[in-house]
Amino acid sequence: MDIIGILPEFLLVITAILVLILDLLDKRGEKVGLVPLSIVGFIGAGIVSAFLWDRGGYAFSDMVVADNFTTVFRVLLCFIGAITVLVSPAYLRYRDIRLGEYYPLLIIAVFGMMVMVSAADLLLFFLGLETLSIALYVLACLDRRDSRSTEAALKYLILGAFSTAFLLYGVALLYAVTSSTSYAGIMEGLRETSPDPLAVAGIGFLLVGFAFKVAAVPFHFWSPDVYQGAPTPITAFMSVGPKAAAFVALIRVFGIALDGTADVWMDALAIIAALTMTLGNVVALRQQNIKRMLAYSSIAHAGYLLVGIVAGGQRAFAAMSFYLVAYALMNLGAFTVAMLVNRRGDGDYQLEDYKGAGFAHPLLGATMAVFMFSLAGIPPTAGFFGKLYLFSAAVEKGYVLLVVIAVLNSALAAYYYLRILGYMYMARPERELKPVPRLGAYTFTLILTSVIILLIGSLPAGMLNLLLAALP
Amino acid sequence: MLLTFSIFIPTAVGLLILMIPRRMEILQRYVALLGTAVSFILTVVVFLNFDGSTSLFQFEESWIWVSSLGITYHLGVDGISLFLILLTTFLTFLCIISSWGSVKERIKEYHFFLLLLETGMVGVFCAMDFFLFYVFWELMLIPMYFLIGIWGGPRRVYAAVKFFIYTMTGSVLMLVGILYLYFHTTDPVMGGHTFDILIVMRQCHFPLGIQTWLFLAFGLAFAIKVPMFPFHTWLPDAHVEAPTAGSVLLAGVLLKMGTFGFLRFCLPMFPEAAIKFVPLISILALIGILYGALVSMVQKDIKKLVAYSSVAHLGFVMLGMFALNLQGLAGSLLQQINHGLSTGALFFLVGVVYDRRHTRLIEDYGGIAKGMPLYASLFMIVMLSSIGVPGFNGFVGEFLILLGTFKANITYGVLGAAGVILAAVYLLWMYQRVFFGKVVHPENEKLHDCTAREAFVLIALIVFIIWIGVYPEPFLSRMEPSLQAVLDRIQEASAAAPLVP
Repeated sequence: MDIIGILPEFLLVITAILVLILDLLDKRGEKVGLVPLSIVGFIGAGIVSAFLWDRGGYAFSDMVVADNFTTVFRVLLCFIGAITVLVSPAYLRYRDIRLGEYYPLLIIAVFGMMVMVSAADLLLFFLGLETLSIALYVLACLDRRDSRSTEAALKYLILGAFSTAFLLYGVALLYAVTSSTSYAGIMEGLRETSPDPLAVAGIGFLLVGFAFKVAAVPFHFWSPDVYQGAPTPITAFMSVGPKAAAFVALIRVFGIALDGTADVWMDALAIIAALTMTLGNVVALRQQNIKRMLAYSSIAHAGYLLVGIVAGGQRAFAAMSFYLVAYALMNLGAFTVAMLVNRRGDGDYQLEDYKGAGFAHPLLGATMAVFMFSLAGIPPTAGFFGKLYLFSAAVEKGYVLLVVIAVLNSALAAYYYLRILGYMYMARPERELKPVPRLGAYTFTLILTSVIILLIGSLPAGMLNLLLAALP
Repeated sequence: MLLTFSIFIPTAVGLLILMIPRRMEILQRYVALLGTAVSFILTVVVFLNFDGSTSLFQFEESWIWVSSLGITYHLGVDGISLFLILLTTFLTFLCIISSWGSVKERIKEYHFFLLLLETGMVGVFCAMDFFLFYVFWELMLIPMYFLIGIWGGPRRVYAAVKFFIYTMTGSVLMLVGILYLYFHTTDPVMGGHTFDILIVMRQCHFPLGIQTWLFLAFGLAFAIKVPMFPFHTWLPDAHVEAPTAGSVLLAGVLLKMGTFGFLRFCLPMFPEAAIKFVPLISILALIGILYGALVSMVQKDIKKLVAYSSVAHLGFVMLGMFALNLQGLAGSLLQQINHGLSTGALFFLVGVVYDRRHTRLIEDYGGIAKGMPLYASLFMIVMLSSIGVPGFNGFVGEFLILLGTFKANITYGVLGAAGVILAAVYLLWMYQRVFFGKVVHPENEKLHDCTAREAFVLIALIVFIIWIGVYPEPFLSRMEPSLQAVLDRIQEASAAAPLVP
């Protein structure tokens, strides 16, 4: 069971090494086989993960849990990785980033996230987290000609290291109380006793570490700058992958293991959730740069997801899973559009660049409309159903006020999502629009993500039943 | 399957239109016309086969959608929604015809959005499942936003965003109410919770405190849509900046969703709360009537005048509804249809002169009755119907409303009646300044009278304006059983706390 349990991760590591070797052997600097090999690796890992459906179990002395929940998210992460790899080459050429290390690093990042998702022990989670983080620190600064890229990576590194320290300290304190670092062990250890101040402190530090990773208020300050500075495919990747992995861990740790001690952290988390969504949406209103706008939008969405942790229970976790899937699709799509619009050369991601883009490039406009409406939570998109399902879980548990804040936030957020559509369809272009390159990879991504969004938004039963069957 | 086809054929046709090459504009228009015609005919078929003697829902269709959550694709029509659906498909059909001459840019996308809007509108009235209802309700925002924002007037983007955000805010609060209802309803057959409206209605017996909150949650969304004072500020902007067809559908149908919502949901589901809120709603309705009329009087832009008149007219609708007796309810529902016809016609009329002179300011006109006699006559008829002159539809509706209101509360009745007089003031004064008197601007002498197309649209509406005015029986008789069912719920509740007899 041990090897089988981590077979997908194993495959990814092998792929990463192979891609690295391929890059070394590539003397003429054309970097041809890297993308297909990476994608094959992701697809392979995804298939192997899916194979473990209903066939999984614990591995490595119960440190790894390869259950259905893990399987679902492993597949999602592979999908995210594959899409990112797909849309990267054109962008890298455009920004003249010729480092072949990009692809192995990306694969390693996904590997790290997979470890985070399959961890049943805080130390293993930490291992995955660090692997992911280090890979991302490097990936963030790969755009060496842009000083913002280096700044982004540095900020991410310093704040990330700082927050990881909090996380580790929390783990240490919980170990002191429960003599265990495994989720099950901690749950068991905290069950008997009433909250020990040491345990409370441990949970608090743990919460800080997690809050940083998902960019919750007040640990969100790194997020907009890092998102803006990093190369756009990496931004897309960062906005969806690590969030998904972190929320899975949040579900396993706070939602399940620490469920017994909920009175310690529930109120704090509810307040963090409310602040996060509100601040994210309010500040997004003022953004003129699409990458920053999407960064604040991501912060807000993390706030909505935190409501799911506050609510807790089967419905909430299934809803969060659905929301993470929908969110991955919407964000990947939105950033792909951002990459395409930026390719027109000038302006550097300002919203003004979108003027008139809707009618000039119909596919771009239509798919962006799907993404924006989905992010705002308008039917019949996956974003709408995700929000509805998530908020219903919170209403069921009686958190009506929190839901009211959340829905009002959704209405508020619609303003800045609509603003882009307004520029795209209701304004005349100010500059001569350069033709958007008809790149197959981008077109494929846009169509795939928007179709899936509309599909699972109008016929959610299939995805829903899958996720309900996958709950830990 | 009739209802499903009526709802989704427009969208299917719309998608078809998107695939027609951009140059073939006439084909696009004809396909759209065909789509709305088919939809209208289907709803006429529904009407002809409607059994007006029962309050039960007819033409029901029900498929499981998301079984684990108790969401069903459930449609149905009753006496309350029947005429609203007919109004919707009829007006949309006329809108396509009217747009033939007035919309010349991006025709494909325009018709697509119009048809998508039709789907949303008909869907809202037919939905028998709260999730489905909410989906259609929100879905309507998308095409309306684009219609106003792309084909509208100078401040169209501002108006479109304001409309969207304002309406969405109300809707999301309604969502919380829906979720609350969901968790307090159990499906007798399947066991879990359900969104089905019929089941929820049977099971919702909440204490007054909870009812109050739920009434407010739903009521706010509907009050914004109606729009009731003080949530009406989105309306003047949206109506004025929208293209003609947009304004017609906005006034003719979208506003009715608010009143429909109160009638279909707030009254039967939260009767005790409804009774408690009668004074508040009635007073807000009266403020709407009087304030709307007074503001209309001072408008310089004809379209804005008509927009504020909508606030006033729907004030009447709400006043009649919350009289909580059969005359009031019947008058209210009939007046919803009447307003759709009359105010829709008014917006079409404004569109006629706007297409010619590209101005809607009263002062730019004057004495045009000489050059446009047909137009002037048609305008006169519609205007009189809007005022509530006997012989036309407006009178029947307002009379029933005032009858019901007087029965419930004499003061409200008197104030409401004053509103009728004010309507005459602002409309007649506007008419006189625009049509009669000397021709001040030379451009007005050479204006063409109505084209055949414009005349057709207006006459089609006037036929019903006169029909309902002279012989409203077929309409009222089909509405009555469903209205009585709503009233029964209210009377059950008031048996505990007596209403004003």
